[in-house]
Amino acid sequence: MPEPANEPPPDRTKMGLHRSAEHGGLPDERPPGDAEGGSHRSAKHGSYPVTMPQLDAEALYVDLASAVRGLAQPDAALVGIWSGGAWLAERLQRDLQLGSAHGVVSSALHRDDFASRGLTGGADHTQLPFEVNGRHIVLVDDVLYTGRTIRAAINELYDFGRPASVALVVLVDRGGRELPIAASYAAASVAMPPGQRLRLVRDAAGRFSFDVREAA
Amino acid sequence: MARNPQLNRHGELIHLLSIEGLPAAVLRQILDTAGTFLSVNDREVKKVPLLRGKSIFNLFFENSTRTRTTFEIAAKRLSADVINLDIARSSTAKGESLLDTIANLSAMHADMFVVRHSESGAPYLIAQHCAPHVHVINAGDGRHSHPTQGLLDMYTIRDYKKDFSNLSVAIVGDIVHSRVARSDIHALTTLGVAEIRAVGPKTLVPADLKDMGVRVCHDLAEGIRDADVVIMLRLQNERMSGGMLPSAAEYFKTFGLTPEKLALAKPDAIVMHPGPINRGVEIDSLVADGAQSVILPQVTYGIAVRMAVMSIIAGNVA
Repeated sequence: MPEPANEPPPDRTKMGLHRSAEHGGLPDERPPGDAEGGSHRSAKHGSYPVTMPQLDAEALYVDLASAVRGLAQPDAALVGIWSGGAWLAERLQRDLQLGSAHGVVSSALHRDDFASRGLTGGADHTQLPFEVNGRHIVLVDDVLYTGRTIRAAINELYDFGRPASVALVVLVDRGGRELPIAASYAAASVAMPPGQRLRLVRDAAGRFSFDVREAA
Repeated sequence: MARNPQLNRHGELIHLLSIEGLPAAVLRQILDTAGTFLSVNDREVKKVPLLRGKSIFNLFFENSTRTRTTFEIAAKRLSADVINLDIARSSTAKGESLLDTIANLSAMHADMFVVRHSESGAPYLIAQHCAPHVHVINAGDGRHSHPTQGLLDMYTIRDYKKDFSNLSVAIVGDIVHSRVARSDIHALTTLGVAEIRAVGPKTLVPADLKDMGVRVCHDLAEGIRDADVVIMLRLQNERMSGGMLPSAAEYFKTFGLTPEKLALAKPDAIVMHPGPINRGVEIDSLVADGAQSVILPQVTYGIAVRMAVMSIIAGNVA
């Protein structure tokens, strides 16, 4: 059950659009390196989930929606990165009633790890029901980490045209960037150890939550 | 028991040599991936970088412009570099052995060979002798196998009919000489189709074909009655001159697919043909150009299927 914050939310207008891990996210942010259950690293792929009660996906979504409302130009188009970003874009489109239908891009065809991982599924999820040429795009994703997925998603977008601009908004920025990619807005910034995977989950009723587990 | 040479020890596809021995899951992975590339081929920019920098050598020891061209298009859409080897004018004509040819090309850092050869088993020989990081695709070997044609035929059937388990599929024509028919029969069997019928004259459809799990019919009407899918095979001219058939006209009278004969199949039956078609020999123009014909979509699907095969095997390690 999501708990409303007991104190007034941090004044984001003062923090500016570029949030870094320094400014912090939610009140009791987990310090780096402290991974609940991290000492019980299981040999199996995707072992037991770790709870992170302070990452309330629904509450963060509310913050994200109000930020996008302020940030997006009137003729901007929302594009969600499959799959978590696509769910967010779908709900944002509904709640904010932006101009055209939202789009979805898959990063699968432009990934930089094809040689080691082979072809991953989900490559046919790209659906862009509008002209990309000259459009202001707001790219939406659930978690920003190394930045490689964003790079691949932008390349996928470029296969369809030349946007006027691309701004990135995410639910959670977990640091660990390996490319010069930055979000214009992140509803939360948390530090997580590299061995953990953070993922958005959507239940049958459409409610968001986070899944955290040890990576294989 | 020896592992199928097409699969690595994780059961992933590293060569495509024949449909035989491939699990249904692998066939479905190829078909699902082909669906992705179909949408890529519809875009303005029909190119993805998956095979960028890879060198794909088309080794066609048997003539084929159509199949070679679709492989070339598929490779280029994956951003690969394609080299077409004109074997007739090449060192083979000077007496170089197949393995020497392969060794020489490997020294040029080939990443993938697409091979068509008149000898059954040639692609297997190549796969056994090339370096671990090199992949081989069979584009047709002798009378044995034409796996990408079998796969694109399955993609076509799945696209129009969805579920294999209820289908009656009739394959009509020169089955005994057809590597396409063999690949189709193996694929249909693996994917669990309800019934396969092999239809044609006794010289071209011998009774022991039933050992492949098909129902043999020597009468076209009986063979395509209530069929959901009719796959027509090209009648090769050699069959007439070889004394297996009286004449093309006689063949058309008994086994040519006319609108009247097609009416015996289900009303929503689809008509397929690997091409090139011989109008008035195995198929009437009215049927080839008619509403039930999916011959041209097969060509479109063929490119997507070949892109799928190339990208899947290139991403797997031996």
